[in-house]
Amino acid sequence: MSTPVSTAGTAGAIGGAGDALLEVTGLTKHFPITRGIIFRQKVGAVQAVDQVDFSVAPGQTLGLVGESGCGKTTTGRLLTRLLEPTGGRIMFEGRDITHLSMGKMRPLRRDIQMIFQDPYSSLNPRHTVGGIVGAPLRLQKVKTEKGIKATVQELLELVGLNPEHYNRYPHEFSGGQRQRIGIARTLALRPKLIVADEPVSALDVSIQAQVINLLEDLQNELGLTYVVIAHDLSVVRHISDHVAVMYLGKIVELAGRDQLYAAPRHPYTVALMSAVPVPAPVRVDGRRQRRERIRLSGDVPSPLNPPPACRFHTRCWKAQEVCRTQEPPLTELIPGHRVACHFPENTAASAE
Amino acid sequence: MAAPLDVAPSGDVAPEAMLSGISAKAIEGRSLGQIAWLRLRRDKVAMAGGAVVIFLILVAIFGPFLVQNPDIYHANLINPTLSRPNGPFGGISVAHPFGVEPVTGRDVLSRIVNGARVSLLIAFLATALAVSIGVVMGIIAGYVGGWVDGVIARSMDVFLAFPLLVFAIALVGVIPSSAFGLSGNSLRIGLLVFVIGFFAWPYMGRIIRGQTLSLREREFVDAARSIGARGPYILFRELLPNLVAPILVYSTLLIPTNILFEAALSYLGVGIIPPTPSWGGMISDAVNSGFYSIDPMYMIIPGLAIFITVMAFNLFGDGLRDALDPRSSR
Ligand SMILES: Nc1ncnc2c1ncn2[C@@H]1O[C@H](COP(=O)(O)OP(=O)(O)OP(=O)(O)O)[C@@H](O)[C@H]1O
Ligand code: SF4
Ligand SMILES: [Mg+2]
Repeated sequence: MSTPVSTAGTAGAIGGAGDALLEVTGLTKHFPITRGIIFRQKVGAVQAVDQVDFSVAPGQTLGLVGESGCGKTTTGRLLTRLLEPTGGRIMFEGRDITHLSMGKMRPLRRDIQMIFQDPYSSLNPRHTVGGIVGAPLRLQKVKTEKGIKATVQELLELVGLNPEHYNRYPHEFSGGQRQRIGIARTLALRPKLIVADEPVSALDVSIQAQVINLLEDLQNELGLTYVVIAHDLSVVRHISDHVAVMYLGKIVELAGRDQLYAAPRHPYTVALMSAVPVPAPVRVDGRRQRRERIRLSGDVPSPLNPPPACRFHTRCWKAQEVCRTQEPPLTELIPGHRVACHFPENTAASAE
Repeated sequence: MAAPLDVAPSGDVAPEAMLSGISAKAIEGRSLGQIAWLRLRRDKVAMAGGAVVIFLILVAIFGPFLVQNPDIYHANLINPTLSRPNGPFGGISVAHPFGVEPVTGRDVLSRIVNGARVSLLIAFLATALAVSIGVVMGIIAGYVGGWVDGVIARSMDVFLAFPLLVFAIALVGVIPSSAFGLSGNSLRIGLLVFVIGFFAWPYMGRIIRGQTLSLREREFVDAARSIGARGPYILFRELLPNLVAPILVYSTLLIPTNILFEAALSYLGVGIIPPTPSWGGMISDAVNSGFYSIDPMYMIIPGLAIFITVMAFNLFGDGLRDALDPRSSR
């Protein structure tokens, strides 16, 4: 239990079922920082994603949560292979897709789709809704029974849009409707896995729940598997089966949803949770949990030069010398709950 | 409004969609182009400029068939001692509404109309060449990036720093009387189009490169890649439609620049070969032969023609830019 958890076997265990749809091991992405226009010199690297492990079982949802700039979008783009990983391995349905070429990846794109963060920039303003939602069908040369137009209209209906709006342009829709158009586009190819990058963060709070509910309904109806990215824990609470918390490119805590929300172990998770209004007092083992507001001091350090050992130590109120010298491994503290911290919260030792 | 999820959207309808929904129940969407047209129509100055542009184009195409031969001498209209046209304002009359040329008595209206054809032809072809090269280079530099961008961006700098006028004069000075199966004025026109177009493309290239750089970061490009789109699809189906507005605007603004450039070259004697009329050539005659002192109208009329043409294109181009401005629409 004290061994660093970085093998696929253990990662799979947390995802729930034995054979995961998606299994990620040691996933790493460093963006080189270069200088010079024609002759480029590498002068550093942004460690956007560093040694990330997780897996997702079919039909399940993994929530991926962290502050802005911690590498969530980069992780999503790696999973959908819009980016080339620097290291690690991505297995989809037991197949290694880590370094598949764009050509080899093309047919697989039917199975892995992405919902984008900004509904205002993810739809081409010069294309009609019909063109946007039908594009995957045309590009992938999918044979449709009733023709592309009818299929697109079905999709629009499925996501709660008026199918008659087929010929309209994105600028004629609100943010929530645009995000539905984006969702319809991802559904066109009947994917197995959808990576949703902050699907509601650009939307009005009143509309956020509608879109999350839509995603949940679609999951039940179509048996989809999700990786849902969010920057606060409340958004993914209802939809997730497991939640992974990221800080500066690393996963610091990964657990089943109920476990995580009931008893967060990593100080960063605790701080994130105290930062969002929690609707009802949370109970652990029948006793009311003490919940004070924790203010994180300082800014998120630059991923260009992350703090050594525990990357959170510059902002952690529990930090000790060991935190600055030894990296805490992501360890399975209790079954199905992994934490990377030398002094976790909410343990038997720290409770009283 | 907390609309239930699975009914047609009612809560979050964009105001624009709501308005059009009420007025006409128009399901057919209004494209950004249609909206820009509505906006342009309200811009009186731009519409006036556009009307003049259309008029000039019609004149350039059909005018030469309607006016008299520009090369006929009317010696009877010239005062034999002073060499200047009889009558006031350069010999303006019903038969010659813009007067006649000093010394020769050739009809000025006819020379202006024929000059318009040559000027606009060269300006349009040169602009087409500049835009084609500029768009292709700009879009490749912006989308591909890396060293490709470095090379293209540097070469644009070189072209912009090039002493074009000197080059043009030298080039036209050394060309033989026939080349590439062309001779005389066809060769001159081809050469002018090539020189003007080939050195004007970096203006367009820079603008397109900048626009492409910002468009490339938009998520719809990633969205296209995530459904398996290849490079050419992204360039021509996703990016290019978003570049139509700047291409239109800057083409419209490039045309008058090229008209002026052609006039300058003709003025310097390296443009169209006489007796074929051209606006720059007429001004050149007026200055070099001293016509301006005996008949100021002979210089004013081609000058006005250039001025009005350049002005009309600029006003129309500016209005087009305002109407298509991406900042005022989403
Ligand atoms: N193409 C790139 N080149 C260089 N650095 C990049 C690139 N893309 C992302 N980064 C950097 O990697 C880090 C992680 O970025 P990422 O977009 O994944 O964060 P995020 O968690 O999605 O943040 P947000 O909540 O703002 O969307 C950031 O510091 C960002 O500046
Ligand atoms: S390892 Fe130390 S610094 Fe890092 S989160 Fe745990 S207590 Fe804080
Ligand atoms: Mg992001």
